[in-house]
Amino acid sequence: MKLNGGQALMRSLERQGVEIVFGLPGGAILPAYDPLIDSTIRHVLVRHEQGAGHMAQGYAQATGRPGVAIVTSGPGATNIVTPLCDAYMDSVPLVVITGQVPYAAIGTDAFQECDTTGITMAVTKHNFLVSDAQDLPQVIHDAFHIATSGRPGPVLVDIPKCIVDPRNPRSALEWYEPDGHDLPGYRPRTEPDAAAVAAAAELICAARRPVIYSGGGILKSRAADALLRFAELVQIPVVTTLMNRGGFPDDHPLCLGMPGMHGNYTAVTSMQRADLLITLGARFDDRVTGKVGAFAPEAKIIHMDIDPAELGKVRHADVAIAADCRLGIEALTEAVTALGGAEAQADRRQWHDTVADWQERYPLVYEAGDSGGALKPQFVLEQLRDATPDDTVVCAGVGQHQMWASQYWRFNHPYTWINSGGLGTMGYAVPAAIGAKAGRPDRMVWAVDGDGCFQMTAQELVTANTERIPIKVAILNNAYLGMVRQWQEMFYDERYSEVYLSPDLPDYKGWAEAMGCEAMRIENPEEVRPAIEKANEIDDRSVVIDFRIDTQEKVFPMVPAGASNDDIVLDPSQQPPPR
Amino acid sequence: MAGTKRHHTLVVLVENKAGVLARVAGLFARRGFNIESLAVAPTEDPRLSRITLAVDAESAPLEQVINQLDKLINVVSIRELAPAESVERELLVVTVNATGDTRGQIMDLVRIFDGRVLNVGPDKLMVSMSGGPNRVDDFESLLRPYGIVELQRTGKVALPRLAKAGGEVGEF
Repeated sequence: MKLNGGQALMRSLERQGVEIVFGLPGGAILPAYDPLIDSTIRHVLVRHEQGAGHMAQGYAQATGRPGVAIVTSGPGATNIVTPLCDAYMDSVPLVVITGQVPYAAIGTDAFQECDTTGITMAVTKHNFLVSDAQDLPQVIHDAFHIATSGRPGPVLVDIPKCIVDPRNPRSALEWYEPDGHDLPGYRPRTEPDAAAVAAAAELICAARRPVIYSGGGILKSRAADALLRFAELVQIPVVTTLMNRGGFPDDHPLCLGMPGMHGNYTAVTSMQRADLLITLGARFDDRVTGKVGAFAPEAKIIHMDIDPAELGKVRHADVAIAADCRLGIEALTEAVTALGGAEAQADRRQWHDTVADWQERYPLVYEAGDSGGALKPQFVLEQLRDATPDDTVVCAGVGQHQMWASQYWRFNHPYTWINSGGLGTMGYAVPAAIGAKAGRPDRMVWAVDGDGCFQMTAQELVTANTERIPIKVAILNNAYLGMVRQWQEMFYDERYSEVYLSPDLPDYKGWAEAMGCEAMRIENPEEVRPAIEKANEIDDRSVVIDFRIDTQEKVFPMVPAGASNDDIVLDPSQQPPPR
Repeated sequence: MAGTKRHHTLVVLVENKAGVLARVAGLFARRGFNIESLAVAPTEDPRLSRITLAVDAESAPLEQVINQLDKLINVVSIRELAPAESVERELLVVTVNATGDTRGQIMDLVRIFDGRVLNVGPDKLMVSMSGGPNRVDDFESLLRPYGIVELQRTGKVALPRLAKAGGEVGEF
């Protein structure tokens, strides 16, 4: 069957099971948008290409399926570089299609030309420049395979206009269904090494003060159930990093919650005092370890990750297991069971008592606001958490609101927390929430955003309302770039430099209404719950609530950047623990 | 000069596709690995190219360099060649000042090092010489006092040493 490249592109995407793409057309990709009309694929027209990329990320993180975005050449491609980098850092499977100037024009500084594959080489798992229409079905097949297998990540396919333009003879191809991949250098390993698993099982059984350090690899490998069974078998407490919130239920008695710079005291300190860290799909990020040389000084390390380059990258692993986390944890569970399972575990009563004592003495706290006083962001999040269904999907931007959301929500289901962890991309929440809602229309989706973040990508609420993908947005509006303000207060002698944003400019309520949203402004604690309940009732369009929160509020606990996790700073109301 | 710093030699087989060298070079740049020398050429298999890389051993742990390289989709295989297990060669082309009274001394050095004269001018000589990197270093430093006008080294290439008679053939 003779097709042109544009038709073959759509057919290839359909063949991959793609149901929705996020994009914005332009000159170079224009011919591919014509066969889109006849395709089964739904296209969501974004207002800025960055939105398309983050929507594809939100979709991928909520569903586990690869997110797809289509944009044009030049500025279209450069606008999606941030989502690519974000997806690369957080291992999110994306396939991004970019238009390119016709092959003959490449290298001539043509209109809307840029070296897309060159620019994105460092922020993609792989990228392709299609030079022959006949290759297109195979390249798309390979792109999805690379994006979704091994350590997932973004793959970009750059397609010159001549290849999708039916008027150009270069676009002609004989359609075929690709079968298999000719990728001699790509052999992701997923099965764990039996000897390493056996060695890990021995360490686990003998450990007196072990902690399971679980990261985003749990969610990527769909290992939440396997982790739960393993943790319950060995009765070892679990910390869930920012990328694995929801990967182990917060309400489980073994769950210690989030470690790291803004982790709770028990999660941070249990790792510091541990004699064994069972690291599952985590990568010893600096935001978790604090000063690396002072991190978990007495702990032996078991490190399981599907990416061998993570093993030993930051911290030496006593036992390194290169494997898919689900397969690896299942093998570990089997190996521990073979050694005697629960009965073979060392006596850890003292450790469990110590951990329980920390939890009791140093819980997350904040000073409750007075009636009529400024709203506390933690209070708003508690109300939001308690007023929404247990399986609500929560998306966050980056900054104080993100940390409060991670701290105060109770995540009891996988894939209910979506945020930008590695890259820390402000403006992530709104488009990611739209993508998540598109993928999980049955769920309630709330974006928890900061006022600074909201201003970066709010225009996508127009997309949400036009495309009838209703989301809800809670802006924690403190009129500041709050996290930067917090650092300036704590580490720069309260010298505030370029962090004030104003609570009223823009008028968030008016702006949201202009974009077709229902909008509210909330200033008093009494109004919080009714406003959330009202928002939860609205299903036919997006809702934005501008919560005016206390501008002085800081995120605690905090480990100052570069400091040891032993130097954790607690809420001012809490006595520092004896050293 | 190559050979004076501690380094590892990696032989990297890559798919012979556009942009692959840029991927390898870009990876080294963004991960902070230093390349001491690099040589690239197609292999006996036209689908593959062989990159011989000398990596500064101080800049990153070798395992990390190999694991990161291995993540590049177009990298097919990576092998470290320890000096004792490999034969290394490098080519040097140099133009050196050679006036009447020094020309004979330079010619002696070229003969001792099995070099060749490529081009002769009234007061200069262009010579080539190939050998193991240490021998090339020696030749270069012996010529230096005469005044080197221009010098180009290729970076080393290497293949695994063959087994001695009766010994096992190393796998590759």
